[in-house]
Amino acid sequence: MVKLLIGRKLGMTQLFTEAGTVIPVTVLEVGPCPVVQVRDAVKDGYRAVQIGFGVRKEKRTSKPQQGHFRKAGVEPCRVLREAPVAGEELPKPGERITVGQVFAEGGKVDVTATTKGQGFQGTVKRHHFGRGPVTHGSKNTREPGSTGQHTWPGRVYKGKRMPGHMGAVRRTVKNLTVVKIEAEQHRLFLKGAVPGPTGAIVCVQHAKTARVMKKS
Amino acid sequence: MRKLDDIERTQMKSEIPDFRVGDTVDVSVSIVETVEVKKGKTEEKERIQIFNGTVIARRGSGSRETFTVRRIVAGEGVERVFPLHSPKVKGIKVRRMGRVRRAKLYYLRDRSGKATRVTEKIWDKTRAGATEPPAPETQG
Repeated sequence: MVKLLIGRKLGMTQLFTEAGTVIPVTVLEVGPCPVVQVRDAVKDGYRAVQIGFGVRKEKRTSKPQQGHFRKAGVEPCRVLREAPVAGEELPKPGERITVGQVFAEGGKVDVTATTKGQGFQGTVKRHHFGRGPVTHGSKNTREPGSTGQHTWPGRVYKGKRMPGHMGAVRRTVKNLTVVKIEAEQHRLFLKGAVPGPTGAIVCVQHAKTARVMKKS
Repeated sequence: MRKLDDIERTQMKSEIPDFRVGDTVDVSVSIVETVEVKKGKTEEKERIQIFNGTVIARRGSGSRETFTVRRIVAGEGVERVFPLHSPKVKGIKVRRMGRVRRAKLYYLRDRSGKATRVTEKIWDKTRAGATEPPAPETQG
């Protein structure tokens, strides 16, 4: 079965446990993802599948892409991603993979998405620099301060943290717990936050570095 | 947002008594205690504790709504924030309705003694269950 699915972020809310504690959850709409192309060891040298998510109008799809989707017998999708496969069997093109087939409640997942764009930001927000005094004639409240030494080395070191564009980059949040799955609604409830705004396209996959519980 | 509303609705209690800021309420809170039945043998027991006080704030919406109840215990102000839809909150009973002119009664924190009282409202036609004046005690 594939180890990754594509979804959409619906937003955050909270769930009550029976004991009355509250779990903060992010709700994702994951799948169903049709298999658009299969990559096998013979032809491609590695095993994976290309899966799609969402709907795209036929007339908004380029001719070559239309053919690509038609070959698999799939309606044009908004996004395409490659998903690694576990196990011997490869899914067939056109097969629709749902959340319930891939993830289980209590499991760990990694979520990859594009973070919210913050625009051009100063060092205080962007790199958590401290700020200067606010009063007593201070003129360096949110200034970055010194960027280096003196005549030697006579330059600013590469990688010096400075103001600049922040956010709108691809980020992965690892080891989120799957709190609940609503398979019919294709919903996945994860404990904690996920990058991106509501409506963002996210990739959910089995956690790569999750610690496996020792059997006692 | 509509899809999240559906999810929150599944978390919400179907019946919430009509209570407002300024009301004096009894909140029934379930408490789980570990009691020693025999030597070395424990058992979990659930009991209901009642927290009585004035509602000074309601905030949030959907399943995330909370309310704050303030009371004076042994001369010390005590405030508890309850998630309205928490399974631990077993019931809310309105003891007295209050006549207030703001949504958050944080000014009560700076007062003590008689000044902490909220004027009682005898009858409120906008409340559920209040048909004719004077209304009987609202049931929770």
